[in-house]
Amino acid sequence: MVNGKRTLIIIPALNESGSIADVVGEVRGELPGVDVLVVDDGSTDRTAAVAAAAGAKVAKLPYNLGVGGAMRLGYRYARDHNYDVAIQIDADGQHDPRYVPKLVDLLEDNDLVIGARFAGEGDYNVRGPRRWAMVMLSAVLSRVAHTKLTDTTSGFRAANRRVIEMFASWYPAEYLGDTVETLVHTARRGYRIRQVPVAMRKRMAGTPSHSPAKAMVYLGRAFAVLTLALIRR
Amino acid sequence: MKLTLVTGLTGLLLLGTIVELLRRRQLREKYGMLWLAVLIIVIPLSLFPRLLDNVAETLGVASGVSLVLFLGIVFLLLVCVHLSWEVSALEEETRTLAEDLALLRAEIDADRAARDELVSTDG
Repeated sequence: MVNGKRTLIIIPALNESGSIADVVGEVRGELPGVDVLVVDDGSTDRTAAVAAAAGAKVAKLPYNLGVGGAMRLGYRYARDHNYDVAIQIDADGQHDPRYVPKLVDLLEDNDLVIGARFAGEGDYNVRGPRRWAMVMLSAVLSRVAHTKLTDTTSGFRAANRRVIEMFASWYPAEYLGDTVETLVHTARRGYRIRQVPVAMRKRMAGTPSHSPAKAMVYLGRAFAVLTLALIRR
Repeated sequence: MKLTLVTGLTGLLLLGTIVELLRRRQLREKYGMLWLAVLIIVIPLSLFPRLLDNVAETLGVASGVSLVLFLGIVFLLLVCVHLSWEVSALEEETRTLAEDLALLRAEIDADRAARDELVSTDG
């Protein structure tokens, strides 16, 4: 329970056996009485077993579906088990669960709340084509959603029952679909979106990808995904 | 004359392959019928390549053979697009199945854990 609401934390995880126990443990420590669902996206290591041992509920996909596939499964679980609020958190420990009550508070007047990295708190920053992509996405999505959005690819989100219902039946599996396309879809259907500044931490395990070529590809893909999302029904 | 023989034999070989695949139920009828229909049109054309020369001339194409080549490529492109579409639909179906499976497994695990707890508190 967070603020009297039945809350489910959804953590999509792919081969995160190194950090998943700490992430699950921290969430359960900070937010007692909250259920944690780890969606194992076809891991080849012991992610599912480690997560279960740490006290999470586990749904294990038979093969890798990508973040989008894992997330729809999480929202389906939330819908089937009647949760009021579903919050997604990354498995690498970048998202601080202490912000969760703040996100849930804002769900009073909003349907989807995003924990945003560049909105004041913390010192997370990026440069080059990756930054241009983020600026472009922010500018366009802020217009579509009629609210200021600075971190549209954040995987730290809280959804109320209405959005859970929608995501359970509709959630794109393709690249960036889980972040960019869901925002366009949600905003277009008249749901209210808000962002909250959150500080982002260093990854507990794993390394981020940094190369100029990859950043350019990212920019191109972001542009393609956004254009497609805008012309889709 | 040689060309006619080569193309005609290729056509018949393909026809035999399709029929055999259908007979062994290795090919769904909806696809098999499509290829049979194509072969029924293509085999006579391979035997009499000048058959379409008049049509080609009215369209401004140099010869019937070029026209057949062009139409063949267009047809193959359409088939590829159709297959991509079918694969997309299949991927969506298997995705849903994978999610269902994961949900059911989670359900069973939760039940089992609850039952184990009951047994351990009873005992």
